[in-house]
Formats: sequence, C-alpha cells, structure tokens
Amino acid sequence: MTRSHKPIVWSLFAAGGTYAAFFAPVLILVTGLAVTLGLLPADALSYERILGFARHPIGKAFLFFTVFLLAWHSAHRLRITAHDFGLRADGLVMAACYGLAALGSVVAAVALLRM
Amino acid sequence: MSAKPYIRPRSTTGWWLEQSRYVRYMAREASCIFIGAYAGILAVGLLRLSQGAEAWAGFLEALQSSASIVFHLLALVFALYHTTTWFNVTPKAMPLQIGDARLPGEAIIAAHYAGWALVSAALLYLAGV
Repeated sequence: MTRSHKPIVWSLFAAGGTYAAFFAPVLILVTGLAVTLGLLPADALSYERILGFARHPIGKAFLFFTVFLLAWHSAHRLRITAHDFGLRADGLVMAACYGLAALGSVVAAVALLRM
Repeated sequence: MSAKPYIRPRSTTGWWLEQSRYVRYMAREASCIFIGAYAGILAVGLLRLSQGAEAWAGFLEALQSSASIVFHLLALVFALYHTTTWFNVTPKAMPLQIGDARLPGEAIIAAHYAGWALVSAALLYLAGV
C-alpha cells in the first residue's frame, strides 16, 4: 500500500485549527491591541518581561508552537482555498504556502534559540 | 455517450458570491490569511526580540501604528469567526459516545466554549489585565 502524506498535513491543520480557536483571539488582543488600547499597562510588553518569558523553557515552547501551529494551519487552509478559486497548480501553491509557514517557523525557532 | 460531457458554466473566482452560505464559507477560509499574517508578525517580533532592546522597541512602536491596529482588529474579528465555526463542528468532528448513549452535540460545543473562556481568562491574567 502506498503511504500518503495527507494524514500528517491534515493532523497539523486540525491541531493548528484547534490551537487557533482557543488561543488566537486572546493572543491577538494581548500582543496587538491591549497596550495601545490601554487594556494593559505599557510595561506589559517591556523588553525585560518578554525576554524573560522567551528565555523560560515553557515560554520558549509556547512561543514556538504558537507560530508553528498558526502558520501551518493557515498554510494548509490557504492551499485548499486556492483550489476553490480555480488555481490548479497545486505543486506551486503547496510550495508557496508550506514554504512560507516553514520560513516563519524557522525564523521563530532560530530567534528563540539565540535568546 | 457524447465525447464531451456537459460542464455547467461557472465562474472559478466568483462562484462563492452566489449564495450566502458560500460567502460564510469563504469568510471562514479567509480567516487563514489573517491568522497566518499574525503568525508572521509574531515570528518577526521574536526575531526583533533576539536582536536586543532597541530592535524590540522599534517593533513595539510599529505595533502602535494605525495600520497595525486596523490589521489586528480585523484579525481579531476573523479569529473569533474561526473559533465559533471550529467549535460548532466539533460534535461532527469528534462525536463522543458514553456506553450506548451519544453525548449531545450541544454539550460538546458548550465544553469547548467553557474551555476557551478559561484559556482566555488565564492568558489575560498572566499578561497582567
């Protein structure tokens, strides 16, 4: 029987989708809006505080899996949606979507390992 | 049998505007653009953080720009739409059976929303709200 890579891609999509459902709204609020809108004190995202979080093993893992899962979930969904729009060059679409997700994940991993 | 089967003419790019449920489907799919871009912003943020205090200050300043605020507001709306659509299909994605009885779908959905509220509250608390 030939093996398909589909289960791996699909399970990453499902894991990322579940993660995004639980975490994306609150994370977007905290990192992107809360300080500017005055919901959080200005030092909530201070260099020392965020660096301390990113240096802690749990913080490191959390930050890496956040970028990795959100990126792979989005990449897979974008690939399928491209098909819905009549884009049939799946090889190219796949390379672009998964390539971008891989790039983001590698950037995050390298940055986190350097801290 | 005819050599050329009949193919109903349909626009490949505009078909989803034909029915409101297609539009809702596309709104759900479009959430990936915002969630993916947000993941990219996080990756850039981590890169800037690893480059030192000055780089991080520049990143924070960029987050305050109006373009960033508009993006994050839109991303928040689409992320919330993703959350509701994702939770609402959980009874179909993972039906739960206890003995002979099936757990009602409403209970599965409600459990997800409860967990979501808990996770969001915990993260807001950790962030300092």
